[in-house]
Amino acid sequence: MTALTEELKLGLDAPICLTWELTYACNLACVHCLSSSGRRDPRELSTDEAKAVIDEMRDLQVFYVNIGGGEPMIRPDFFELVEYATSNGVGVKFSTNGSRISPERAVQLAGMDYLDIQISIDGADAATNDRVRGEGSFQTAIDAMENLQAADFGPFKISVVVTRENIGQLDDFQALADHYGAELRLTRLRPSGRGIDSWHELHPLPEQQVDLYHWLLAHPQTLTGDSFFHLNALGDENLPGLNLCGAGRVVCLIDPVGDVYACPFVLHDDFKAGNVRDSGGFGHVWKASELFTELREPQSAGACASCGQFDACQGGCMAAKFFTGMPLDGPDPECVSGHGEVALSGIGIEARPQSTSNHSKPVPVALGATRV
Amino acid sequence: MNASSATPASTEASRTPFDSSAPWRLHPRVALRPEPFGALAYHYDNRRLNFLRSPDLVALVETMGAHPSPEAAFAAAGLDERRWSAFERALAALAASDFLEPA
Ligand code: SF4
Ligand code: SF4
Repeated sequence: MTALTEELKLGLDAPICLTWELTYACNLACVHCLSSSGRRDPRELSTDEAKAVIDEMRDLQVFYVNIGGGEPMIRPDFFELVEYATSNGVGVKFSTNGSRISPERAVQLAGMDYLDIQISIDGADAATNDRVRGEGSFQTAIDAMENLQAADFGPFKISVVVTRENIGQLDDFQALADHYGAELRLTRLRPSGRGIDSWHELHPLPEQQVDLYHWLLAHPQTLTGDSFFHLNALGDENLPGLNLCGAGRVVCLIDPVGDVYACPFVLHDDFKAGNVRDSGGFGHVWKASELFTELREPQSAGACASCGQFDACQGGCMAAKFFTGMPLDGPDPECVSGHGEVALSGIGIEARPQSTSNHSKPVPVALGATRV
Repeated sequence: MNASSATPASTEASRTPFDSSAPWRLHPRVALRPEPFGALAYHYDNRRLNFLRSPDLVALVETMGAHPSPEAAFAAAGLDERRWSAFERALAALAASDFLEPA
C-alpha cells in the first residue's frame, strides 16, 4: 500500500469522484439499477438549485462531475445544466442509456467542450443485454453510438456492469468499443438499489472472478473506476488504480433531491450525510458531516485482519457488505479467498437491508421479464 | 472510486524528453487544488489527474515558469541538492503527461 492511499483515507478538501444523479426518472427499469430509478421525485432540485450546486463545485475546485440518474437526459434543463457546468470549469461525464441521443442531439453534444459520454450496455448482444436492461434497450444503445459516431463526437465510453451472464463476452465488448473508437469501461455489480435482490443471481462466480482478474491485467487500458480492487487478493500483481474504498473520503454522491451519500452505491439512510439545501450547502456536508468524518477515521479490518491479503484487497467494498447484510469490518461477499461465501450462506434474506430511496415504477422488475 | 484518469503519469511515454536545464512552465490548462498532502492537479485538456505529494513540489510547479530551468528553481527554493533528483523525477513525470510544457 502506498503512502498516497493512506493520505487519501483521511479525506480530501473536495471529492475527486463526485457523482450527481440529476433525476430518478427513467424510461428503462434495469434489474440491477443502483438507484432504483423509474419515477421522477417531485422534490427534485430546480434548475436554479442545480446551478447553485454547480457554483459550489466551481468554488471547491471539483474539476469534473459524473452525471447520472435515472436517465439524466430526461431533465428538460439537461443541456442548460451541462453547459453551465462546463463553462464554470466543471467538466462533465454523463451516463446514459442512449435513448435520447437522436442524430440531432448527437450533433449538439459533439459541439460541446469538456464533455464525456458513457453509454451503458450490459451484454454484447441484444439477448444478454435486454434480459437485464429490458426489451429493445440494446438496439437503443447501438443507435446512440451510431449517432455519436456519425456526428463525429470522438471517443465516447461504453460502460458495462460485469455479471455472471456477460463475463464471457469481455472480448466482444472490447471489439464493440474498438469498432466505434470508444473506450471500454467495466465496473463491478454491487447489490445496491434493485440490485439488492438481483445481485444474488447475477454476480460473477468465483472462477469467473479469476478470469476477470487476468483479463483486466492483460487489458490495463480498460477503465474500471477502481471497481475491482477486491480481486487484487488473487495474485501478486495489483490492478491499476488507487485501491481503496473512497466512500466519503474521495467519493460521494448527490442524489436528485440533493441528499448527499457516501458513494453512489449506498443510497440508504445509514449513509446519508446531509443535503445540499442545508445551510452550508454541499461544502459543509463534505467537510464537516458526522458521517464523512467517521468514514475518514481509521477503520478496523475486523475478520480480515488475519488475512495475508488485506493490504492488497482492503476487505473489499462497503456497499457490497452492507446490502448483503454482512458486517462492514469483515470480508467482502465476493472475497476471492472464499470467506464471503461462507459468511453469506449464514445470512437469510430477511437480514438484507431494504432500500430507503426507492423510485421504481409500480411494475414488477424481474430478470428477463418482458416489460411494456 | 473513479480515478481511472489518475493513472500515474510516469506510465506514459514522454513526448518531449525532460531536460532539467531547459525552461519549463505549468501548462496553462492545468489547475491546482490545495490538499493536505500537497495538491491535486487537473489537466483540462487531457482530463488527467495528478497528485503533487509535497508542498515543496507544489511550490516548484507553481513557480517553474519564472525560472530559466528546473535546476535554477531548485536552487532558488533553497532545496537540498540531495533531493534534486527526486524532484527531477517528479517533474519529468508531470512533463510526460503534459502537465508541464517547454517554456
Ligand atoms: S479475507 Fe478480507 S482481506 Fe482477505 S481476501 Fe477476503 S475480503 Fe480480502
Ligand atoms: S462502498 Fe464500494 S463502491 Fe462505494 S466507494 Fe467503497 S468500495 Fe467503492
